Amino acid sequence: MSAEQKQEPGTLREPSMLRQKAMTEGHYKRLAQAKETGKKVVYTFVPGNLTELLLAFDVLPVLPEINALQSGMRKRSGEYIAEAERQGHSEDVCTYVKCDIGMLLEGNVGPTGELLPEPDLLLLSYTGCFTFLKWFELLRERYDCPVAMLHVPYQSQGEIEPGMVEYVVEQIQTEVIPKLEEITGRKYDEDRVRELLGHSARAEDDLVAVLESAKHRPSPIDSYFGGVYYIGPLFTAFRGTLEAVEYYAQLRRETEERVRRGLGPITPAGEMSEERFRLVVEGPPNWTHFHQFWSMFHEQGAVVVASTYTKVGGLYDRGFRHDPSRPLETLAEYCLGCYTNLSLPARVDMIADYVNDYEADGFLINSVKSCNSFSAGQLVMLREVEERCGKPGAFIETDLVDPRYFSASNVKNRIESYFQMLDQRRAAETGEASPDRAPQRVTPS
Amino acid sequence: MKTWIGIDLGSTTTKAVVLDEQGAVLGRGITNSRSNYDAACEVARREAYLDARRGLFAQRLRQDGAFTGSTTGILDELIRATRLEQHLDHLDALMRIAREEGPGLGCTQGGALGTIEAGMRALALDRHTQGMQPRSEFFRDVAGSDWIECARSLPNVDAANVDVYNGLFDKAILLVEALQNLGSTERVLSAALERALVGVETTPAEEQLLRKAIQEVCAVEFEETGAVGTGYGRARLPFPEEAIRSEILCHGLGAHASFPGTRTVLDIGGQDTKAIQVDEHGVVTSFQMNDRCAAGCGRYLGYIADEMNLGLHELGPLALKSDRPVQINSTCTVFAGAELRDRLAMGQSHEDILAGLHRAIVLRATGLLARSGGVFKEFTFTGGVANNTAAVDVLRTLVKENYDIDEINISPGSIYTGALGGALFAWREDHGLKTPQLMQTTEEVTV
Repeated sequence: MSAEQKQEPGTLREPSMLRQKAMTEGHYKRLAQAKETGKKVVYTFVPGNLTELLLAFDVLPVLPEINALQSGMRKRSGEYIAEAERQGHSEDVCTYVKCDIGMLLEGNVGPTGELLPEPDLLLLSYTGCFTFLKWFELLRERYDCPVAMLHVPYQSQGEIEPGMVEYVVEQIQTEVIPKLEEITGRKYDEDRVRELLGHSARAEDDLVAVLESAKHRPSPIDSYFGGVYYIGPLFTAFRGTLEAVEYYAQLRRETEERVRRGLGPITPAGEMSEERFRLVVEGPPNWTHFHQFWSMFHEQGAVVVASTYTKVGGLYDRGFRHDPSRPLETLAEYCLGCYTNLSLPARVDMIADYVNDYEADGFLINSVKSCNSFSAGQLVMLREVEERCGKPGAFIETDLVDPRYFSASNVKNRIESYFQMLDQRRAAETGEASPDRAPQRVTPS
Repeated sequence: MKTWIGIDLGSTTTKAVVLDEQGAVLGRGITNSRSNYDAACEVARREAYLDARRGLFAQRLRQDGAFTGSTTGILDELIRATRLEQHLDHLDALMRIAREEGPGLGCTQGGALGTIEAGMRALALDRHTQGMQPRSEFFRDVAGSDWIECARSLPNVDAANVDVYNGLFDKAILLVEALQNLGSTERVLSAALERALVGVETTPAEEQLLRKAIQEVCAVEFEETGAVGTGYGRARLPFPEEAIRSEILCHGLGAHASFPGTRTVLDIGGQDTKAIQVDEHGVVTSFQMNDRCAAGCGRYLGYIADEMNLGLHELGPLALKSDRPVQINSTCTVFAGAELRDRLAMGQSHEDILAGLHRAIVLRATGLLARSGGVFKEFTFTGGVANNTAAVDVLRTLVKENYDIDEINISPGSIYTGALGGALFAWREDHGLKTPQLMQTTEEVTV
């Protein structure tokens, strides 16, 4: 989730972007050198990740779905998926999995061109996604290393019940910590975990301030296409580090400065000059055509003011903070509280709140073929949110990293039609401009 | 005379609608979409203006009162004769190009092209004389099957040679379709009138009156004041960006204009099915389109018609003859042929298969309606598939069952709804009206 590998020359970049890029490159370098430096490596997932616990044991996390999306952005995923399918994986299997397996089969070279180390432990931190389970079964077969599995109950009643926290804490104590102790030869150091959790909370405060800055008009950020970069460090290997604390402090300063100067978000085409539509987006982005997808929005003057995807690694803007005073409980609550573990009514609440709180003109659901955790129930959610907010929803279908499932002309056709409808509705409601005027293409300044 | 035009460049057909100063429909034109979008657009435009002149002619006949004969009779004949004249113009162009391209493709048999041309001309005239409806309204389709028939009956040709000549047609038709100004409107209408007069009883004085009226309407100068493009190919239309509207808005407005009480619109187009909700002003409040797969869209019926060697308009009536519709689940267009052959091999009848697949298509469309929020009164069905009686039948049943709505609005010009909406957008740009003051044409009916 770092800055992309290839930026067009002259792309507008703020210092935080460069810092983030350097952080990510540094992480991949440490991974490439893990065997020489004697560092242990744990493969784990973004939802429910226990990064502070891992860092307290001084191990390095590898997040396969991040590698997959990076491969998607670097236009390598098509080839990796084809390789996995040659090995017998069905076309219907999650494309993150096939992309990762394909990358592994082709030598496990990571996004920066450096070799990824083999895992010493597979830590399955979230079982709400059944595919994760199967994914690690495949990796276990390949690497023959221990697996720590954390069973995370679904919030079927729309909330985290006390028994659930106890259940997860017990698993952390009896399943995760002993395995980490075993592979590292270190003892669990709770003071160290508390210290890291304290750093996390500080960074989380700043991230929330950044995300909520989108309540301003114009929004200084794009909370989906830009947002995926902002969540990068906190959702991956950096939560709990001072590096992350510094990054988020800087990002917050830059954002607040943009608010003060009344600036819109930075897009690949430059600074967005006119905010014509404010949208909430549900669902992950398409990674193989990320820039093209984004351009369908920013060229029309559409900015995403809130998104659910930027909550897959924590619902910080809904109040969650890592709490150093209750280290294992707070980690358990974090695992239980990731976005895809919410019930459908809770997700509807969240989207409807976003539409209202961020004064959005509408919302869009990007339903991805790969991910049932996300896509199941989205049509019901669409109707519910429409009814509750009185704002129209748009529905498009793409995929995470399989380029075969991104039909640019179809997606563009639907998005354009949607914006024209918003324009027409708005004009009819305000009685101002002619409702007939077609949206003008916005030229970024 | 000031006019406003809307052009809907769809995946299968391109439609144009011309409005007059009052916002009333003056003329409509349609052609098959083709690789040359500019040509498709221009042909539809010319068709619409030709139709507009014919419309003006009809107005004149009704207003003058000097013509005592059957207005309907002469107008019907004029429409039929116009089609024939246009067909013959296209045929001339086709054969001219075929003669130029023929030698390069090995079509060197002496007199062969002359024989084909004579044969094709005779077939067209026969159909006209006998009042037969051609299998398709597009020159490409009709000429294609005529050519094959005539090439097969060439003396001293074998199958390989027929293929060579068919290859020549494939090349020539592309070039014909790229032509944007085939035959002058005046020639077509004047010649059509002469042909029409043969079939209608008139006095010499009346004939003079009719000839004068044709000349007058051909002399009318149209001043195209506004144009809006829409449809799947809208980005390729030779219009400035601000004159492009999504087909969602256009279908919404077009349906509202045809039936002002419309709240829900279903449009089944060539590769998109759309469920649209509109308010009392025709403003779209929400919409849903088919997902990334175009299964069950209008194109599917086109493939099925081809597979069964039928005209599109023959499918519905045939399906209605079924007494035991089969259940079809997949409406994948690509697999349509295989599905059909498989069913036929199982001994199922054409009628039962067709009934089953009409149901399958409509089921997909009603799924989309549900996704968009349901069906509200009044419900208007637009797009080419709305002319298919079997599809309408199934839709009526399903809408009654699920939403307790009995009536479906269908305009005979349903296929032009998007172009009509586009034309209205263009018209309103100059008239500053938020809601169109329509202009109910007499043709709109509720079925």
